[in-house]
Amino acid sequence: MNIRRTLLLAALLGTSAMAAQAQTLRIGLESDPDALDPDKSRTFVGRIVFTALCDKLIDVTPDLKLVPQLATEWSVSEDGKTVDMTLREGVVFHDGTPFDGEAVKANIERSQTLEDSVRKSEVSSITEVEVVDPTHVRLRLSAPDAPLLAQLADRSGMMMSPAAFDDDFSAQPVCSGPFKFKNRVAQDKIELEKFADYWNADQIKVDAVSYLPIPDSTVRLANLQSGDLDLINRLAATDVEAVKSAGNLKYERADGLGYQGITFNTNNGAKADNPFGQDPKLRQALSLAIDRNAINQVVFAGLNAPASQFVPAVSPFFDPAYPVPERDVEKAKALLAEAGIEGGIDLELQFPNRPESQQVVQMIQAMAAEAGINITLTAKEFATMLADQAAGDFQASQVGWSGRIDPDGNIYGFVTTGGGFNDGKYSNPEIDRILGEARAVSDEAARKDLYKQANQILQTDLPLFYLYNEAWLYGVSDKVAGFTPSPDGMIRLEGVSLSE
Amino acid sequence: MNETAATDPVLSKRPQSRVWRKLRGHRSAMFGAVLVGMFVLLALAAPILPVPDPAAVDWTAIRQPPSAAHWLGTDELGRDQLSRMIWGARASLMAGVVSVGIAIVIGVPLGIIAGYFGGWTDAVISRCTEALLAIPFLILAIALAAFLGPSLTNAMIAIGIAATPVFIRLTRGQAINVASEDYVESAHAIGLSTGVILRRYIFPNVLPPILVQATLTVASAIIAEASLSFLGLGQQPPAPSWGAMLNVAKGFMTQAPWMALWPGIAIFLVVLGFNLLGDGLRDALDPRED
Amino acid sequence: MLTYLARRVMIAIPTLILISIFVFALQKMLPGDPVLALAGDDRDPETLARLRELYHLNDPIWMQYLQWVKNALQGDLGRSIRTGLPVSDMIAQKLPVTIQLAVMSMIFAAAIGIPAGIISAVKKGTITDYAANVIALSGLSIPNFWLGIMLILLVSVKWRLLPASGYVPLSEDPVQSIRTMLMPAFVLGTALAASLMRHTRSAMLGVLRQDYVRTARAKGLAERRVIMHHAFRNALTPVVTLMALLFGELIAGAVLTEQIFTIPGFGKMVVDAVFNRDYAVVQAVVLVTALGFILMNLLADLAYVALNPRLRTG
Repeated sequence: MNIRRTLLLAALLGTSAMAAQAQTLRIGLESDPDALDPDKSRTFVGRIVFTALCDKLIDVTPDLKLVPQLATEWSVSEDGKTVDMTLREGVVFHDGTPFDGEAVKANIERSQTLEDSVRKSEVSSITEVEVVDPTHVRLRLSAPDAPLLAQLADRSGMMMSPAAFDDDFSAQPVCSGPFKFKNRVAQDKIELEKFADYWNADQIKVDAVSYLPIPDSTVRLANLQSGDLDLINRLAATDVEAVKSAGNLKYERADGLGYQGITFNTNNGAKADNPFGQDPKLRQALSLAIDRNAINQVVFAGLNAPASQFVPAVSPFFDPAYPVPERDVEKAKALLAEAGIEGGIDLELQFPNRPESQQVVQMIQAMAAEAGINITLTAKEFATMLADQAAGDFQASQVGWSGRIDPDGNIYGFVTTGGGFNDGKYSNPEIDRILGEARAVSDEAARKDLYKQANQILQTDLPLFYLYNEAWLYGVSDKVAGFTPSPDGMIRLEGVSLSE
Repeated sequence: MNETAATDPVLSKRPQSRVWRKLRGHRSAMFGAVLVGMFVLLALAAPILPVPDPAAVDWTAIRQPPSAAHWLGTDELGRDQLSRMIWGARASLMAGVVSVGIAIVIGVPLGIIAGYFGGWTDAVISRCTEALLAIPFLILAIALAAFLGPSLTNAMIAIGIAATPVFIRLTRGQAINVASEDYVESAHAIGLSTGVILRRYIFPNVLPPILVQATLTVASAIIAEASLSFLGLGQQPPAPSWGAMLNVAKGFMTQAPWMALWPGIAIFLVVLGFNLLGDGLRDALDPRED
Repeated sequence: MLTYLARRVMIAIPTLILISIFVFALQKMLPGDPVLALAGDDRDPETLARLRELYHLNDPIWMQYLQWVKNALQGDLGRSIRTGLPVSDMIAQKLPVTIQLAVMSMIFAAAIGIPAGIISAVKKGTITDYAANVIALSGLSIPNFWLGIMLILLVSVKWRLLPASGYVPLSEDPVQSIRTMLMPAFVLGTALAASLMRHTRSAMLGVLRQDYVRTARAKGLAERRVIMHHAFRNALTPVVTLMALLFGELIAGAVLTEQIFTIPGFGKMVVDAVFNRDYAVVQAVVLVTALGFILMNLLADLAYVALNPRLRTG
């Protein structure tokens, strides 16, 4: 009897000890990721999940330096056309397949050739992946490609197990990250569990992680407050006070790489034929009429960073010669007068129908009115807005970009002739030349100089201007320790622990 | 015309006054009527009431709780909530009435045609109606609103179209009943044209249940507009509507709960008003309920 | 009976075809497409063009429709363009969620609506009748999503009584599963209570006028017994029928409730799919919902016929 009781007690203690050990970090995301396949994924939240699931060749530090992950060393040749990489030894994928040079080759080739790969353009400069030996690869490039290393620090550099290529990868992703895939219920949760054979397993202090998409920021916060979540992504700026004042919660913040701004239709179809599309002075006037600090204070509780350049202030490529302009209504009026505008001028501004954007554009509308610019607001659903933008069916558009580590990713496609995101079809041969050159040189000082030149031209031409850089805000339970936010917005789990 | 009116069963005065008397005695219906009346008056009087401009922003006074200066507090851009509530009443009531108007204008003629003519016409209209009815109302409205683009006008059109099948079905059933009445058959016999029969006999006789349905549908249309606005597909800024105010307010539930309180209560009261009124009308028009 | 059933099924087929054509046409009219809806981050025109080609988004609509029908008949409902998962798997995952929500909501609705209906019929014309009416209609008049958010703030955040959102499968943890679903089911149930109350009331009024109720009363049976045993039992038939018919309203109501409480059911799936232009998902969900709706209507009719022997021969 006694023995049985002791055994029972031991069993009970055992299970409770195990329950205490089986710690799951529950993270609230703002939306449901798309396909869990790095070659197909296109959503930002998808990247957050991959951070735990799939290691990349290269990683990024909070001050935007490239550091080793699966590649321990790399060097770019003098002519910029070969990249030599040394690979980490003893790394295995979640299915036990060893990670080696052949795996790198297979992965890059998959990104290049898979029918529905959305990575093709990111790795298009690679003509050949040469496997020198199991721990060394050489990438041969058709031309120098400075942004390539940054791409390899994102989804293009995520390594999947070649043995799993043929299967339904999105439904059962197999990578080499600190956590392996367990289960996914669309729109409900993605569950990952710790991968015991991870090369850096010592740094992983929780047993499992679940990502729960909860689009409504109030409900996401409510879950954190009620203890049903441990960490929430995209805490609303206006909720920061509530988190601070709650005894058992804390908030974390990092400057982001992304921006929100206003893009003008300068050259895309008939709608470009409006005063704002044709005369940079009017665009300058509107920019000057806007009080970026006021927007930041009123809508974002002062937590974002007012912006006026394509890279945020954290970036080494930020140009201190162009600080955020102060609001200057008189100068805006003078510019309008210079442009021959009398008695006010009209502008149509489209924006995505999200509450934050709504607030921002309503403020802009009120501010611009004081300078004599009458803005008509048109709310559109995001998908519709992008379609209309591409079709040239807009005068001005309030739109943003989630941001990339390399400055090229924040500007090249947006302002070069024929660029993928250049919906206003702005075209300036000088800009095309400078930004093209900045892609081809790998020397950082030389690149800085080129981006400075580009910025100078763009600040006058203003085919698009910037309003603010979004900060990454997180609500964190005080049970979570060791979480450090990064400018790229990824939630890195190395060193993150959970106490009872 | 006057002669026919005297002999027409519905156009004669006595049943109408009976219905009116019953409605007046229906306490909850009267309560509903008072609620609806109050909000309609408020909406109509919006331009002459001494409230601030509903679009006037004040960044130094955002999200302030109710005070002497702002009886219902201020919103996320420092606008007076009372003023926005009053002007928002116009949008919300209009959304209810206009969308039901659309549903009636499309639905009633189609229903009468289907019910009166029968045969293939009826089969085609009925199958389409059933198909639309099998798609949940709000899903249909959301898809239509997304298709038309987010705006109050488009939300009204979307809700109107989504509410149409109910009116088709109701009118059709009613038209079938009326068409077999003796006085319609005699109208045929004396050689009145189909158009005249439809206008003079069928239409007035299908009206009472449609009136009831219309009142109740206004109630659900107001909720539907609020729901669409809540999803970002209704009234767009800076113009106010209760649903759009709720959509913004949900982001400030912890810091400024009053922002969500007023529009929520207003929607509740006005929708309750229409529901009670519609319910009372149904009782009043029901000959069994005496 | 069998011929009747056969006729009903025959009628349902053209209805379903019409629905599928209608939904197909509607989604193709939506501005933007799934490729763009996903494109917040990647909207490189070459990639977009390639994906459109790949998903046959450039084919004529009728061709896409026929292809879809062909696959659907073979049980293949396609894949979600967003998640890459098979739509049939997604439906299988979400069906039990929405059914659980529907059943629990119906329980709430019945618990409020039926007693309210009985009371107001028995106390017809009194202040109790009106009060019951106002209370039941109140549930119908409160915007679902508003009540939902208010409840989350009060019950989950302030009192810490119930989880704020999400879903736990019944098989995994029954208690937690029911706790999680309690608030959404209440929100949804209150909206339906009004219809149930209304119908219970009129059914009861009809029954209370019947001779056998008068006889029971004349025999000196307790009023309570008369009402519960004689009247209510007979009034139940139309009420049960109505509950089946309310299924459609339940699904429509679930759309927003699931959105607020982040419940991974049908309603959330279809709204998200509309916004993401995930055509295959919209099409499949609407079709399955419509099928369920038609089925429930059929069941309601059959129940009505079965419970009313007089109608069987007619």
